[in-house]
Amino acid sequence: MSLFARLRASPVWPMLWKEFIQMRRDRLTLGMMVGIPAIQLLLFGYAIQTEVRHLPTVVLDESRTSESRALVDAMRNTGNFDIIGAVPDRTALDAAMHSGRARAALVIPPDFMSDLRRGRTAVAQMIVDAADPLASNSAMSGAALAAAARARVIAARGGAAEPRLEVRVRPWYNPGLRSAVYIVPGIIGVLLSITMILVTSLAIVRERERGTLEQLIVTPIDKTSLMLGKLVPFVLVGYIQMSVILLLGRLLFHVPFRGSVVALYAITLTFIVASLGLGLFISTMVRTQTQSIQLGFFLMLPNILLSGFMFPREAMPALAQWIGLALPLTHYLTILRGIILKGVGIEHLWPQVLVLAGLAVLFLTLSVRRFSKRVA
Amino acid sequence: MNGPAIAATGLRRTFGPIVAVEGLTLSIDRGEVFGMLGPNGSGKTTTIRMLCGLLAPSAGTATVDGVDVTADPELVRRRIGYMSQRFGLYDDLTVGENLRFYAGIYGLRGEEREARLAELVAELGFGERVRQLAGTLSGGWKQRLALACATSHRPRVLFLDEPTAGVDPAARRRFWALIYEFSQRGITILVTTHYMDEAARCGRLAFLSRGHLIAVGTADEVREQFGQPTIEDVFIELQRRDEGAVA
Repeated sequence: MSLFARLRASPVWPMLWKEFIQMRRDRLTLGMMVGIPAIQLLLFGYAIQTEVRHLPTVVLDESRTSESRALVDAMRNTGNFDIIGAVPDRTALDAAMHSGRARAALVIPPDFMSDLRRGRTAVAQMIVDAADPLASNSAMSGAALAAAARARVIAARGGAAEPRLEVRVRPWYNPGLRSAVYIVPGIIGVLLSITMILVTSLAIVRERERGTLEQLIVTPIDKTSLMLGKLVPFVLVGYIQMSVILLLGRLLFHVPFRGSVVALYAITLTFIVASLGLGLFISTMVRTQTQSIQLGFFLMLPNILLSGFMFPREAMPALAQWIGLALPLTHYLTILRGIILKGVGIEHLWPQVLVLAGLAVLFLTLSVRRFSKRVA
Repeated sequence: MNGPAIAATGLRRTFGPIVAVEGLTLSIDRGEVFGMLGPNGSGKTTTIRMLCGLLAPSAGTATVDGVDVTADPELVRRRIGYMSQRFGLYDDLTVGENLRFYAGIYGLRGEEREARLAELVAELGFGERVRQLAGTLSGGWKQRLALACATSHRPRVLFLDEPTAGVDPAARRRFWALIYEFSQRGITILVTTHYMDEAARCGRLAFLSRGHLIAVGTADEVREQFGQPTIEDVFIELQRRDEGAVA
């Protein structure tokens, strides 16, 4: 048989055809899959306030003096900043911020010390990743606090009353500090993971419950065709959901889109496949639709709470941060915010993409292994 | 092709500590309508599932249409049709769509598929029902549709696991007329049932009790073996022995 003939005879085609008909007939589910994004968007469009400390911070110290080091210490002492290292120049600073490795950057200009000595106002800059307005709020107050503390010390030493030290905060990515800008890209991730995991596991378990899976198993259909036929329609659903949120986010909340749309849609495939794989894996473990829903909800909570969707991960204890790292959503959120809000591309996001691709392969392999064409 | 349609030797299946089928040896000729009887839990369904490749035997061997079920279950699946009491239909697809789907899964494409679908629709008399959702069909029509779906690829052996459960007598009679037609075309049929009138329609019968095959033969031979006036009496006698063994 030629490759074309073999492809044409593949049972994946009738499988796909059937899935699309079933999807079209199930108006309620179809409506929910498009309606839920809109509702979630409105619900989460409101701000959620928390206190954030320990923002990973890099320092670009062009002054390299005792005064500049004292300012860095003052910043560290506020508890709002974890100094994770020094960067040699602006390019390195940009890279640290774009990749999300640093959420804040302290820039001390070369003439910082001399300005102080001559009684001029010495100006340092605190750049903050304001894509997350919660984090940037705490950064701003922390920076002001540290500057005031240093100013007092200097003033006491010099005998002058007026503070001559100023730290100017530069909120990057989201200058208006609007939380909708931060939340909307996250909703894409949360919604995709819920729909993909739940709907997939339900779709397979439903066939098991109705007895059609048993009937399919006695046909010559291979495991791969069976699973592909089940998964591919949901990839399409995922893309529709994402498009709905992006569009509504733009229209209702004026969320900017700074990066490449093509890159986002391409990279999103790794996340969708990873989530579908997880759903498939669940379906191989459960027997009934009820169990499937229960497990889906069990996974949903850590996804919402620990992924950094609502609460900045920097504010969490180490254990919660570690669990967060194991969730596909955590990595996808970095990608979403990176592309949509920061306008960065794969050159900064490849570690996340690699993790997602790895998880996708892992879940799919596990599912195909576990799914045996036998009934018991 | 020569040799029996179905041959099993020393077939055994356990589920944990429970032995569902033990030492089952059986040979069914081509074109036979072979009935399998026994109380609930006697191992009928387990036996059929092993022969279809749905369950791996714990021990023993079986061939269906000359193909070893453990060595090449995929080839077995191409040659058999399987219909269970659950029918395996998609309620949210129409009659025509169910047929088209299963024909497609069995690899029928293009004109070949269209021709076969038209043939099945005519043969089973679906008529205008082709556009009806399968979920809205009556039990009898669902059963016919399930049979049509299971035979779209012209299988050589047909497994029917309680195919007439919950179907009215008229529909059952029409169903058996179809089964005889298949048999006359040389298709081998293995059917399980709880209905004695259906048992009487089978060429040969096998009785299972607690996983063991305890009698094989025509209805008359089995009655004589147990010294009972009717097949139903044989059945009740067996059930009585089963319950005695449990108590």
